[in-house]
Amino acid sequence: MFAEIGHFALILAFLVAMAQAVLPMVGAVRGDSSLMLFGRTAAQLQALLILTAFAMLMISFARADFSVALVAQHASLSQPLAYRLAATWGNHEGSMVLWVLILALFGAGIGRFGDNLRPALQARVLSVQAMIGVAFLAFSLFTSNPFLRLAPAPLDGSELNPLLQDPGLVFHPPLLYLGYVGFSVTFSFAVAALLEGRADAAWARWMRPWVLAAWIPLTCGIALGSFWAYYELGWGGWWFWDPVENASLMPWLLGTALLHSAIVTEKRQALAGWTILLAILAFSLSLIGTFLVRSGILTSVHAFAVDPARGVFILAMIIGSTGTALALFAWRAPMLRSGSLFAGVSRETGLTLNNLFLMAVTAVVFLGTFYPVIMEAVSTDKISVGPPYYNLVFVPLAVPLLLLVTVGPLLAWKRDSLVTLAPKLKWPALLTLAVFAVLAAVLGLKNAQAAFGFALAFWLILGGLMVLARRWQGTAGLSWRLMRTTPAAVVGMALAHAGLGFTVAGVTAMSSFAESKILVMRPGETTALGAMQVTLASIGAAKGPNYEAVQAHFTVRQGNSIRDLDSEKRFFPISRNQTTEAGIGTGLLGNSYIAIGDQQQGPNGSGIVVRIYHHPLVGWIWFGALMMAMGGAASLADRRFRIGAPLKSPQTPTLGNLPGQGLRPGMVPAE
Amino acid sequence: MKRLIFILPVFAFVALIAVFGVGLTKDPKELPSQLIDRPLPQFALPGIEAVPGGGPGFASASLKGEPLLLNVFASWCAACPQEHPVLTRIGEEGFPVYGIAWKDKPVDSRAWIERFGDPYKAIAADENGRTAIDLGVTGVPETFIVDRNGRVRFKQIGPISPETWKGKIKPLMLKLRAEA
Amino acid sequence: MRRWLLPLLLWLAMPVAVALPMAPALAVQPDEMLADPALEARARAISKDLRCVVCQNQSIDDSDAPLARDLRIVVREQLTQGSSDTETMDYIVQRYGHFVLLKPPVEPATWALWLGPFAVLGFGGMGLWLWSRGRHPADVVPLTPEEAVAIASFTDSPTP
Repeated sequence: MFAEIGHFALILAFLVAMAQAVLPMVGAVRGDSSLMLFGRTAAQLQALLILTAFAMLMISFARADFSVALVAQHASLSQPLAYRLAATWGNHEGSMVLWVLILALFGAGIGRFGDNLRPALQARVLSVQAMIGVAFLAFSLFTSNPFLRLAPAPLDGSELNPLLQDPGLVFHPPLLYLGYVGFSVTFSFAVAALLEGRADAAWARWMRPWVLAAWIPLTCGIALGSFWAYYELGWGGWWFWDPVENASLMPWLLGTALLHSAIVTEKRQALAGWTILLAILAFSLSLIGTFLVRSGILTSVHAFAVDPARGVFILAMIIGSTGTALALFAWRAPMLRSGSLFAGVSRETGLTLNNLFLMAVTAVVFLGTFYPVIMEAVSTDKISVGPPYYNLVFVPLAVPLLLLVTVGPLLAWKRDSLVTLAPKLKWPALLTLAVFAVLAAVLGLKNAQAAFGFALAFWLILGGLMVLARRWQGTAGLSWRLMRTTPAAVVGMALAHAGLGFTVAGVTAMSSFAESKILVMRPGETTALGAMQVTLASIGAAKGPNYEAVQAHFTVRQGNSIRDLDSEKRFFPISRNQTTEAGIGTGLLGNSYIAIGDQQQGPNGSGIVVRIYHHPLVGWIWFGALMMAMGGAASLADRRFRIGAPLKSPQTPTLGNLPGQGLRPGMVPAE
Repeated sequence: MKRLIFILPVFAFVALIAVFGVGLTKDPKELPSQLIDRPLPQFALPGIEAVPGGGPGFASASLKGEPLLLNVFASWCAACPQEHPVLTRIGEEGFPVYGIAWKDKPVDSRAWIERFGDPYKAIAADENGRTAIDLGVTGVPETFIVDRNGRVRFKQIGPISPETWKGKIKPLMLKLRAEA
Repeated sequence: MRRWLLPLLLWLAMPVAVALPMAPALAVQPDEMLADPALEARARAISKDLRCVVCQNQSIDDSDAPLARDLRIVVREQLTQGSSDTETMDYIVQRYGHFVLLKPPVEPATWALWLGPFAVLGFGGMGLWLWSRGRHPADVVPLTPEEAVAIASFTDSPTP
């Protein structure tokens, strides 16, 4: 019965979405305020209905109701409850319901929190949002119905892939979807602006919190996915340039560009066309990512059960949304009012270059991911594009961008000069060069690129600190007041840019200094890797709710510290799958990582395969990502940028007294 | 000029969609054979008989003189039993079929042949898989169509269905027979 | 123009092969490993650049698949027999095609792949530069006497 309620709710939501797609748009064109207001009600109703449908699906999983086909395919009685619930979205059909749920919740959010939006703009945004909803609800209802029944109902189901039975699964897809779907809001804003013919500072200011609302969970989702792969897949890899990983990275890169471009549009009414294009492309890449995962067009470890028929449907959706948006862009964007001028050396130029480099870097990931498909379509040769390509092309394009990250915040708006800029950069540049020189000397010339990487990380962290340190000027009392009243967005920028530095440091360390050793060990034997002494203490058996395991206990000695690590090889009888659980010793400066393999004959007799790794600074990769997310959250918390910020009496904006700043011109360069 | 920049994304998008559309019709895992129109790589493999050494098997040198099928199979292969009746019929229609048992112990291959039947003119055992690597084999079953000069003309990936035999492979075999 | 030359040269001089090899991976078994550490290191490096054709997007160094193991052993056999790295890769490519190379070949068909992102940067940068050159502040034209009077009347009159 629950499944039927859920199905019915989904159908009703579909109907509501269709109404929401049409009526508010008509209202906006005609100036009919009641039709425009209907958009808000419809959005909230739609969200409620889809929430009901999702809840019904989740309940079916919780109750292990095997008469629902989806539950029978992805859950079993012995599967722990948490993973039965998480299995709701660990499959194609369920994840699509999650997708439309988040879409509807964002739409309801626009309706609920958009009180300061021009009614016509809000109505248009809600309409576009609903059009996307209609497409995805149709996809779900007509090709991927999660509520199909199975008769007769089996007594037990097939369990969820053991690799997915993990706390990471609970959070990774929802976070990613919040990101992917969140960019639908910015897409709707962009299309609405094109329809209205207006993309002004107010529009950018309203859009910015939504960019952050999508960017922050996407950052967390990608970081969590990387972390999950690290501890789950058994060899400490954290990024594989797999097509589906790339599909999450591309919206993130463009989303970052969008975030910064929107700042320029908001402050200086410039780059409006670029901001709109980025908003369209970011969501389009989300859709293309969905297409990638579910159509079978590329092989990937992440792919759901593939179905080209579904691929055709998604392709049609992409043509409808992206195609229409880009056509609209080609038609209307040239009519947008050009923004104010800015000099060759200025914050605007810095951010424009930022856009350019981020687009180039996105092009690397895009070309790498899709070139095999392109080649297949135009020739008979099949090629692969793997990590060697990305390493060679991504890095040279990313480095100038990273150098720019520290320089940008030091530039003034509208007009600055190298003469003013140079003194600000003198000490940071010298310090960074010193760090590089010292590291190159200590690590040796063959590790020059690692020294460069660490120096770059230092440059970035320094840049983040400088953003805050620049507020320390004048008398101690004034400085203290300036620090205390640092706008949250400035704190956000400092955190995010410094976080980027930590990630770069972690990546550099892992690329150049990760060590491994593979050998057969017997209980009692000791081996060394770097500064670690690893002893295999004992091998035993272990049992879990739905698995049996071989468990090995290790003692790791490093300097004065001793720690115990366990590694397991788990066997899941129902799905006949195997996973390896690694023993990870975390530390501030790196992890020790031990994974066992199968039994084998070693030099001293029969033993077990042991792989020992040392992963320097690997934790910094995700710590940096976390800092970036926190920076985004700080920025979101800034009252100046939230939609509900109080409207002050309109003042002519001049440099220094933009609403909310509260500082007199000349005190601190405008942020 | 300015207009051109705004229209560029649409054109790029149309091209991309066309590529995706074509991509949907292809299988990303199917690897085209490197051996088409090339001679068979040299090999000489033992057989699977219950004698020391496995018996004579066959060598690549003997795979010429008339068009034939070279079928790679294994006892652990899930789809091979599906293909077996078709191979038997092919043999009955007068086309020679040779078999290579891939990564299999001869005792397992013998048991499998006893269970499902023996359509092969001769069977060779490729226990360590080297010959299969030389042939560019990525899975089982795979079948190579070899012409009378020992050149590979076609590779079938996956089991041969009756439709595939009738529609694609049999016409090819007849054509190869008619060739000089 | 000269100002940009130095940064450009510095950028180009930067080691292009700033590679990011991933952390050493899983699937190699102790019984496959060669005794000679230099040869083994070469074998691992080559394996990382060869794709496992029966897997979903892994190198033969990372994959558990039996075919991957066979290919790892073949690579080691080739190296032990004295083949160079290129010859060993060619041996595998001869059998499985370019699909097996994780670093795509640099040939006319893949120029778009290798140069595309730089082209985006180049064309974008050029476009920006041309756009910035085309925008200058409107030339200042002095007011006509009528306009001067009109403006005076606006500024002197009280706000409504």
